[in-house]
Formats: sequence, C-alpha cells, structure tokens
Amino acid sequence: MRLKCPSNFRIVRLPCTGKIDVIHILRSFEKGADGVYVVGCREGECHFTSGNFRARKRVEQAAAILEKIGIGGERVRMYNLSSGEAPLFVQYSTEMDDHIRNLGPNPVRNAKGAGEHAA
Amino acid sequence: MIIAEKKPIEEIIEAVKDYGRILILGCNECVTVCEAGGKKEVQVLASALRMYFLKEGDEKRIEERTLERQCDHEYLEELREDIDRYDAVVSLACGVGVQFAAEKYMETPLLPGVNTTCLGANEQRGVWTERCQACGSCVLASTAGICPVSRCAKRVLNGPCGGSSDGKCEINKELDCAWQLIIDRLKALGRLEDYECVAPIKDWSTDRAGGPRKTVREDVQI
Repeated sequence: MRLKCPSNFRIVRLPCTGKIDVIHILRSFEKGADGVYVVGCREGECHFTSGNFRARKRVEQAAAILEKIGIGGERVRMYNLSSGEAPLFVQYSTEMDDHIRNLGPNPVRNAKGAGEHAA
Repeated sequence: MIIAEKKPIEEIIEAVKDYGRILILGCNECVTVCEAGGKKEVQVLASALRMYFLKEGDEKRIEERTLERQCDHEYLEELREDIDRYDAVVSLACGVGVQFAAEKYMETPLLPGVNTTCLGANEQRGVWTERCQACGSCVLASTAGICPVSRCAKRVLNGPCGGSSDGKCEINKELDCAWQLIIDRLKALGRLEDYECVAPIKDWSTDRAGGPRKTVREDVQI
C-alpha cells in the first residue's frame, strides 16, 4: 500500500498515547511547531484500558491553555484510529495539514528568538 | 493533605507582567499530589508564560524550580544563593509555602500561583473533598470517625439540624448530611447508643476563633 502523506510533520512515537503530557504539547509550540495532533488507538480499544482517554484529556487541557495565551487551542487535535488504518492516518494527516495551513504559522515562531528552534 | 487548585493563567499573567526575571517555584508535597503545583504544573505554567510574553514581544526570563517543601526552612534555604536573580517568584505551593518563602526573602515579591482550598481527601480521580478544618480539638472519637466540624455546613455537634433530608444537606442536594453519615456508621459499629450522649460545648479557642495558632513541641526542640 503506497499512500501519499504530507511530509511536513514529525512523528514522535510513544508506547501509548497515555504517556503524553500537557508539557510535551506545549514544548512543541514553544519550539515553533504550528500544530500538534495526537493519534491514539480507537476509544475502547486501548491495550492499557484508558491511555487514549487520558491523552484526550491532556490534549483538551493543552488546547485550553493555548487558547488562553493567544496561540489558539484549535492548533492541537486528537484523532483515534487502529494500527491497521493507514488510509485513515493519511486522511487525518492531510486534514490536519490543511487545517494548520488555514490557521497560519504559530505566533511564537515569528517572535524573537523562536525561529531558530522551529520544528 | 492540603488541597489547592491552579489559578487562572490570566490572573498570573496580570500579576507577573511587570517583572522581567521570574521564577516559577513548585512544591513536591501536597500540591504535587493534587496536581496543582508540582513539577509538572511548574513546567506547564512556565512554558505557557514564556510563549505568551514572547508572542506579545516581551521576552522574559522565566525559570523553573521545584523544592521538596516550601514550608520548611532547610528546603527554602536552597533558594538563598539564587533569589537575587529574580524580580519575582510565582509560588505554586499552598498559602503556607508562599508566606514562608515571603517571610524568608523580604525583598523579592512572592506571588501565589494556586488557590488553597481545604484539607481534604482524594475521593476519586480528579475529585478532592474536605475532611478537616484543623479546629485543634478533634471530636472524631465520639462521632464515629466522621467530622461534623468540616462536613456539616452548620458544624452542629449534637445530631442533624432540620435541613437534613433523605440523607442530604439543605445547602446542596449532592452533599451528604454529616450527621446522617455519623448515624449510619454508628449503626454499623453497633454503637448507636453513643448518639444519645450529649456532646459538651466545644472549645473553639483552638479553632480560628482564638486567632492564629501556634504549636510548640518542646520534646522535639533542640
């Protein structure tokens, strides 16, 4: 299966999305990322029972903080799919790419000093 | 443990906006357990503040540190050599920690990053409820281990008031009537006769009514 995926994102692999923390998402933005999306297993199918639910909560927390500080909470999203759904992964990646392009660059990246760390 | 909750970030932004070098200071004890002011919360707040001020074109130096406790001299002393590097410190400790740090470092503004809410228990994930008001004169032995001082809205000591209905308190239908809980537990203990005992007038001088309290233990003093 050869699928075309946007090439402008970096994949950070985690043993489970339950490992993600709010600070991981915020640091990405602090380093200049324009958007972050977390891709977890389908709800109800977490090998560790609640990892993807924990991740969703943390994504929501990060979004709330980003909204309050004027970066934009809509720059972070959570998607759920199974490991066998490559076409859906590509679809979500393309969707996120379009979404972030519409929002424009991360305001922090344009600010002094942040450009050199841009992800 | 002492329960606290994070202050809204807008309030913290407003409090620190005039300072250039800021330390976000966490505490490894109660506020870490209730996820309001530990190392993780320090990281998140510092990152959010850095981004906010950078975006506003006001690049501040915001650093992070978490002490073992902020209510003990020896841990607060760890800041002694570095405190002059900061124009202000945002402490995510409870009100005790903020004040103790403020007393120690007279020339550095100490700003609270959390609201201290109560002495409570972690009833379930993300839910903390009050269990003690530190009244200084514990009555739990005669109330089946359930505190009418902290859990009854009126702090009545001899049975429920007229506002108890179906085991709930009149101030909030979701709030258990403390005296209903006490009676239920006395029944379970087979000690319902204790309910007939009239509690003497409580000495409230050990509560806040007696002013700020001080505990002196000569046996442990050096």
